[in-house]
Amino acid sequence: MTPPAGLRIEGRVPGRLDVTLEVAAGETIAVLGPNGAGKSTLLSVVAGLQRAGDSRVTLDGRELTGLPPHLRGVALLAQDALLFPHLSAADNVAFGPRAQGVRRRQAHARSLDLLARVGVVDLAKRRPHQLSGGQAQRVAIARALATDPDVLLLDEPMAALDVDVTPALRQTLRTVLADRTTLLVTHDVLDALLLADRVVVLEDGRIVESGTTQDVLSRPRSAFAARLAGLDLLTGTWDGEAVQTAIGAVHGMVDPTAELATGDPATALFRPAAVSIYATSPDEAPHGSPRNRIAVTITDLEPLGDRVLVRGAASTSGAGGEGGAVLLTAEVTPAAVADLGLVPGLGVTFSAKATEVAVYGSFKR
Amino acid sequence: MPASPSPDRRRGPARGLSARGPVGTSLPRWLWLPAAIGAAFVLLPLVAMATRVHWAHFGALITTESAREALLLSLRTAAASTILCVVLGTPMAVVLARTRFPGQGIVRSLVLLPLVLPPVVSGIALLDTFGRRGLLGHTLDVLGIEIAFSTTAVVMAQTFVALPFLVIALEGALRTAGGRYETVAATLGARPTTVFRRVTLPLVLPGLLSGAVLAFARSLGEFGATITFAGALQGTTATMPIQIYLQRVTDPDAAVALSLVLVAVAVLVIGLTRQSRSAL
Repeated sequence: MTPPAGLRIEGRVPGRLDVTLEVAAGETIAVLGPNGAGKSTLLSVVAGLQRAGDSRVTLDGRELTGLPPHLRGVALLAQDALLFPHLSAADNVAFGPRAQGVRRRQAHARSLDLLARVGVVDLAKRRPHQLSGGQAQRVAIARALATDPDVLLLDEPMAALDVDVTPALRQTLRTVLADRTTLLVTHDVLDALLLADRVVVLEDGRIVESGTTQDVLSRPRSAFAARLAGLDLLTGTWDGEAVQTAIGAVHGMVDPTAELATGDPATALFRPAAVSIYATSPDEAPHGSPRNRIAVTITDLEPLGDRVLVRGAASTSGAGGEGGAVLLTAEVTPAAVADLGLVPGLGVTFSAKATEVAVYGSFKR
Repeated sequence: MPASPSPDRRRGPARGLSARGPVGTSLPRWLWLPAAIGAAFVLLPLVAMATRVHWAHFGALITTESAREALLLSLRTAAASTILCVVLGTPMAVVLARTRFPGQGIVRSLVLLPLVLPPVVSGIALLDTFGRRGLLGHTLDVLGIEIAFSTTAVVMAQTFVALPFLVIALEGALRTAGGRYETVAATLGARPTTVFRRVTLPLVLPGLLSGAVLAFARSLGEFGATITFAGALQGTTATMPIQIYLQRVTDPDAAVALSLVLVAVAVLVIGLTRQSRSAL
């Protein structure tokens, strides 16, 4: 294996992507984000599969911009294995080396070696239609590695597979991704945790958050990452005492490292388990120690083990908000749901103690 | 079912229903009548023709020199035009299926025009292009090439009318296969030519084969464009259909016998495609 190379991407596709991203040599970056955020466009730009506007892609200083896909040294692994149906598993893996002029025997040996690494060497002679989804994806991984690519692009490699085969495949990926420069598009927080060194969150074609996986998941600054981490998140402006959000002021404990000044963008974050629910409007709710009271209309209830997740939409007060509703989640016991008669459509109050709310500065681009 | 034995009938309607299978239960019964009429309409003339054949003289009729020459000429020219169709039509289909350029829809329609054009008109168009007084006639004359009324003209006429069959069949196969495998192959470092040779072609091979068979069959049956552009010279341009047409007046028995030979070839071709399809 050639030593890994660092990748620098300036993805500029008008109306779809505006991203500058550096992937260090051997690093794996998980790209998260809602549907249509531009994740696949980003991969296409790196692989050279689409007209890339003013994008620039360099690999250790080598210019990839404008090169056709086959000269980039960038392998792509998609949701579907897309094994060539007319070739055996071994020939699929040998395809890349053969296309690059490696002799048949050598390519075949390399193919068997890689199939062994991903644990399917006994299936070498099978045709793709004789393989299960998980087996096919393993062969596809071996095929992507066979050309020893400088960059590996994974586009939701496990999204199309049964849940019971994903843990083992994730383990396999974990071993093969070590020391490979990799971009991994995923919806799964486990992929980000177990496979990636760093996480970037894309929204509307822009990076709204980036950092180590741990940081992003424990202190998300974007609504998407918060939802992924199962946390409630409100954004707004710091006014010296509270975060002024679209749904009113939110009080919390300010992160000592935040260095917030009045007028700075700020984020308030809390766990759904820290939320109490009152079956009344905020004005009528009994005054107690919790300082944050938010009027919410319940949208749905979802059982989670011995708990129930109550999702609600807080309507924005208009000024300063992005318009529409802010989604919040509370975690309560089934008994509380029964007591309060919580059903979708009901107007309630979500309440959280200020000590349970973490306040810190927003992500700076 | 008047012929069915009575014990069967006594077992009740359930058995009859299951015996007829799911097709019988899901189709409206009246559909069978027009379907049967249609099948009879196609098959009856073939049977009628077979009854008119003088089987005693059949061997002699189809082995006369003119008949042998016509059959050989037909097979040779149809094979040549099929090869031409594959060589020219495959790139056409790939360009139509895999690229987008302004006016592509119009180009596709025009390229497929011979499919709906009366063959005689195709023949006249070819004559106006490659004939001695045609568009390229003078140029070809200078080069010492004379095409009209030669075996070359037969092959050209057949290629002209058969090409759209191959293009349509292959373009459909290419669209069905999609471009995703080709994308993967490219990211694995395969040059466009390698992708075409090792991924695109193998993926659409069944489509290419059935397109080639269609083109061969169409070439074999070509009459109008050929007789207009190439004439009817025995041994040079008189293919089987033309020979049959000419002998219909002078020697009806020979015409019928030769027709039956063409039917046999057609049946053979259909059988071969079915086999190659199921094999792939």
